[in-house]
Amino acid sequence: METQTITKIQEIKQITERISGSEAIVRCLIEEGVDIIYGYPGGAIMPVYDELFKFQDKIHHVLTRHEQGATHAAQGYARISGKVGVAIATSGPGATNLITGIADAQIDSTPMVCITGQVASHLLGSDAFQETDIIGISSPITKWNCQVTKAEDIPSVIAKAFYIAKSGRPGPVLIDITKDAQFSHFDFSYEKCTKVRSYNPVPKTDIQTVEEAAKLINQAKKPMIVWGQGVILGKAENQLKALVEKAGIPSAWTILGASAIPTSHPLNVGMVGMHGNYAPNILTNECDVLIAIGMRFDDRVTGSLNTYAKQAKIIHFEIDPAEVDKNVKTDIAVLGDAKASLEMLLPLLKENSHSDWHQKFKDLYAIEYEKVIKHDLYPTKEGLTMGEVLKEINLQSNGNAAIVTDVGQHQMIACRYADFNITKSNITSGGLGTMGFGLPAAIGAKMAAPDREVVSISGDGGYQMTIQELGTIFQQKAAVKIVVLNNDFLGMVRQWQQLFFEKRYASTEMVNPNFVAIAEGYYIKGKKVTKREELAPAVAEMMASKDAYFLEVCVEKEDNVFPMIPSGASVSDIRLE
Amino acid sequence: MNTEKQLYTVSIYTENNIGLLNRISAIFQRRHINIESLNTSPSEIEGVSRFTIVVYMDEVGMKKIIGQIDKQVEVIKAFYHTEEETIYQVSGLFKIKSDLLFEERQIQNIIKESNARIVTVNKDFFVLEKSGKREELKDLYEKLSVFGIMQYTRSGRIAVTKDEMKISKMLQAFNNN
Repeated sequence: METQTITKIQEIKQITERISGSEAIVRCLIEEGVDIIYGYPGGAIMPVYDELFKFQDKIHHVLTRHEQGATHAAQGYARISGKVGVAIATSGPGATNLITGIADAQIDSTPMVCITGQVASHLLGSDAFQETDIIGISSPITKWNCQVTKAEDIPSVIAKAFYIAKSGRPGPVLIDITKDAQFSHFDFSYEKCTKVRSYNPVPKTDIQTVEEAAKLINQAKKPMIVWGQGVILGKAENQLKALVEKAGIPSAWTILGASAIPTSHPLNVGMVGMHGNYAPNILTNECDVLIAIGMRFDDRVTGSLNTYAKQAKIIHFEIDPAEVDKNVKTDIAVLGDAKASLEMLLPLLKENSHSDWHQKFKDLYAIEYEKVIKHDLYPTKEGLTMGEVLKEINLQSNGNAAIVTDVGQHQMIACRYADFNITKSNITSGGLGTMGFGLPAAIGAKMAAPDREVVSISGDGGYQMTIQELGTIFQQKAAVKIVVLNNDFLGMVRQWQQLFFEKRYASTEMVNPNFVAIAEGYYIKGKKVTKREELAPAVAEMMASKDAYFLEVCVEKEDNVFPMIPSGASVSDIRLE
Repeated sequence: MNTEKQLYTVSIYTENNIGLLNRISAIFQRRHINIESLNTSPSEIEGVSRFTIVVYMDEVGMKKIIGQIDKQVEVIKAFYHTEEETIYQVSGLFKIKSDLLFEERQIQNIIKESNARIVTVNKDFFVLEKSGKREELKDLYEKLSVFGIMQYTRSGRIAVTKDEMKISKMLQAFNNN
């Protein structure tokens, strides 16, 4: 009898332990399977850092050189692995420096948990040193946020944070924890969160909508698929491929959908949108059924809504009901998880090949090839093009590299020309268009997938927005391959100035530093390429390197990215020159 | 769908959470929509709060905003209704000099005709309360302002819908999931 009681007490002791709030935070992260976090210490988060020091064998903390870098690294980690990225910072400026990354994760549906320290609860609202209302500031750009002022609330709030960040349509969550909550002790136990009563992450799929969709697809003469990141987030790549192949539908992707189906797949007809491929943009306005899967009809995809796919019946597979009819009125909305609803759809589809219709895509590709692609990939002029750099990277990585880009001309070129064999291989800032995203995101991607080749491609502008993260690369020995396509301009803005502002190049010319010297200052081997014959050997040297490597390629200064749908124009008014 | 602007009553059932007001008002702010009135209160379900928001906009925009409110984690359900679909009231308080009650006979008639209620009277002032439609309060305000009003305030709209809301069922479904 007595021994039984003792065992029982021991059991309870195992379940609950009296520990500090700060220790609880780290233990909760371990419970959630977190192995790497990105952050920057400071006053209000110091108790947590003290615990991170004790638990360093379980969680590897990466000291970035700026809190913005921590969020982008966490995003890169999340995007390549599908796991929740974690960033941590102190109160005040530490917290506000996270904001750009949080906004980016919100608009690109990236699962991320940010933890910020906060001044002690008795100081809240008093303009205390490094106090800022980060809950108020981050509300519109987080999926959920919560301030914790009592240690005993920490486990349940962190459990809820991870559940919300990764379930349904993923997104960023911020937890702000006061310093007194970190210091005080309580009886710790951890239970994962599996539901929140006011939150329905995955709407139930109505079989009737799936049947209606199948009927429309089976009847269609000129169907076209546009898929987005929902396919990747929903792990529905195989289902999408099966659908495309069974129904024989030419399929295009949004920038964030890239790599869900290999670029070499015969029915992959390229990217839609402002700098997407000619055929899928033009034929958006010719198809009879447009099947949108896990995408949100962003304005960069649709151009003018008044002339977007007006002739087509539109089917929208979507997990977030707020996206249905937000931009484009749909005929059939299939709510739910992409994988589950595509699995319901597949057996209802007839085998088809739409070869005449597919031929139209090939014909238009031939036009784009003659007018644009040939000149980008096989230039005959003296100056190097961004496209030929991508072609070289494709060749030497066999299309197996993860490409992490920044924002601007190089991003569009990379997404247009990169070969993707493996899903989750295109990591880029799509919705927010955050310059400076690339380099820190590549760190996170490389650390989450150390066996993969991770190539960071930036322009000379965005690269300098987070260039200090070279320090993180050096300290962490992260073998990121860094490519800067240098045209000494903020190229995309310059392109718009040339086309729409009569070549008034207001503040777009960059007088750049010695980039190789900067990389070498961080003990990263670097090389600068200015001539065509130097390119292939330099890329080969970069790819062969076991360590981080910096490659600057000086490209033609005033090249433009085409095709292009001018802002506000119709997708079918896409320009080739 | 109706593209003409009209008044909509938005009813939102939520968890009682600090900061949710901020999230909800930001959704209107983003689209540059002015909130005509806003009221928060407990609802018929214990622990569940209810927001009642009145906005003037078109139905296309209204639907999009409802979707964006609905997807907030701590929102249980958001609805929008037209004037015809709801029973609604606002309430107003008028503080007036006590002397007038005795000197101006007309005031007594106004109070009687308008179905207003005297909440309190002391030697300096008395307070009138009137519940009803916004126009009725406006009408009473205009009549009383002739004599001078020391203070006036009007509440946000509160409304119940003619249709059932089924929140309890929804909560049950969440719990069973």
